[in-house]
Amino acid sequence: MALGDFSSRLSFPRKRESGPSAVTGSLDPRLRGDGSIGASLAGAEPALAVQDLRKAYGAHTAVDGVSFTIRAGECFGLLGPNGAGKTTTLRLSLGLVAPDSGTIRLAGHRVPEEAREARRHVGVVPQLDNLDPDFTVTENLFVYGRYFGLSKREIGARIPDLLAFAGLAGRADARIQALSGGMKRRLTLARALVNDPQILFMDEPTTGLDPQARHLIWERLRQLTAQGKTILLTTHFMEEAERLCERLVILDRGRLIAEGSPRDLIQTHIDPHVVEVHGEGVAEWAERHARRLCRRVERTGETVFCYDQDVAPLLADLASRAALRYLHRPADLEDVFLKLTGRELRD
Amino acid sequence: MNTRAATLFRAPALSLRFYPVWRRNLLVWRKLAAPSMLGNLADPMIYMLGLGYGLGRLLPEIDGMPYITFLAAGTVCFSTMNSATFETLYSAFSRMHVQRTWDAILNAPLTLDDVVAAELAWAASKSMLSGLAIMIVVWALGLSTTPLSVAALLVVPLIGLTFGALGLAITAVSPSYDFFMYYFTLVITPMAMLSGVFFPLEQLPAGFQVAAWCLPLSHAVALVRPLLLGNVPAGIGLHVLVLAAYAAIGFYAALVLFRRRLLS
Repeated sequence: MALGDFSSRLSFPRKRESGPSAVTGSLDPRLRGDGSIGASLAGAEPALAVQDLRKAYGAHTAVDGVSFTIRAGECFGLLGPNGAGKTTTLRLSLGLVAPDSGTIRLAGHRVPEEAREARRHVGVVPQLDNLDPDFTVTENLFVYGRYFGLSKREIGARIPDLLAFAGLAGRADARIQALSGGMKRRLTLARALVNDPQILFMDEPTTGLDPQARHLIWERLRQLTAQGKTILLTTHFMEEAERLCERLVILDRGRLIAEGSPRDLIQTHIDPHVVEVHGEGVAEWAERHARRLCRRVERTGETVFCYDQDVAPLLADLASRAALRYLHRPADLEDVFLKLTGRELRD
Repeated sequence: MNTRAATLFRAPALSLRFYPVWRRNLLVWRKLAAPSMLGNLADPMIYMLGLGYGLGRLLPEIDGMPYITFLAAGTVCFSTMNSATFETLYSAFSRMHVQRTWDAILNAPLTLDDVVAAELAWAASKSMLSGLAIMIVVWALGLSTTPLSVAALLVVPLIGLTFGALGLAITAVSPSYDFFMYYFTLVITPMAMLSGVFFPLEQLPAGFQVAAWCLPLSHAVALVRPLLLGNVPAGIGLHVLVLAAYAAIGFYAALVLFRRRLLS
């Protein structure tokens, strides 16, 4: 019967031997170790260059004159509060939406005109899991690889490495429902790598994961950049951006409001010392003393943030106040982010 | 904006890249084949046999044939229509909206046009299966013994394409599963009553008969019923043209509406 013929051609390997699960397994032997390919890519054409990008939905301008360039081989962060235009920028860059104006070059191709060709060199880890729930782990990789025109043999050859990379070597035949959130996320990452892309788009890759799962993802992303892959990462975890990104931009209300390395941004935009103070009478203390002892004081609810080059006088004052508790720490990217985008809620 | 309208209304860009998506759907279907087959086939079969033999005993011959024979052609068309409709409403909506399967596919080097074409091809494939299964029963029961009845299997995929395309256009504007009830209640069920599936069109008042000939299902039945009796249908060209026109217009409308929903 005709149907039977279709079926047999589609058959997946039901049992796949799970080989030695090298947890630190490099994805592609050609790229292992010395990072030479990453180095050779550095001088090449930018992975992604967007110029004066604009996109409006009715009266709302989602992306308003954004320009940035991602060098091949770097991990680049796209930060911003909810509604800043991050996801729209990603969709524009992938050619899923056409901009009202501006130019995009992705992997050497004009987008959206040559988006299809450009996407052959890109892997995407979306914000919301969209693995195929009816398939096993391996089937998800096979089916996704076919969308790139890869043959069963090509995909099959990559699967052991992909599973090892994702820490799923023993779960080749597991159903998606049986995976934890972290495993699903790692499988989504493996799926994004099935076409051996030059560039990875990662839209909030660790949202909703526990710290263990998050650290594992970070570890994997570092391995990928070490292998020469370019990563575009959106996140609102500043710690994540600070750890992973060589350079980043901050978007707010569709506009690009800051650009640089995490260290540069901290040095440029904020004093190096932060003292967080809370406790009974903190509001009054802030008005009467903090503003006198410290260059910049901010209040959010019951906590006062004090920023300065030198906080010794402030700390001396605090030492004498038993009712106030405080934390002295170096300024970080989150301080920059909150300074630039404000502390009010974005919904 | 002008460029936006041009993007929405541009001609369909069809390519063979829809094939991996079609294969994906086939692979899922294979895993769930048994319950899916049962749902698709048992229902129309029970109606055909129950009404055909039960009610049929009470009825005189219709157009010179027993009622069950009359009903067989209607059931082939009806179940083909239902199969394509269910697939493009509920299943496609799940893939598009609930599972976000389409989002994943669109990040690969495929376009929305490829995905919609794949859904249509898949719906036609599934309805082919339904139509074929009913035909096997029809042959097994000796309800049609003419070699010309094999030609009904050429009409079946056309019915699948027609109702698949119309269903996709509905899915493109649907906010939730509940919305599909309107389509069934206001379109599919009345169409089944008006299209000569269960009784001859001539039973209807004249005004309804005119309306009936505007509906695609009437033209499907007008092709399949004579074929099961061994006659070449009168006005083949017109019937095929109406079905093809519904398919083409439905598909283009679906594309524009999906583009508006997903790509802007």
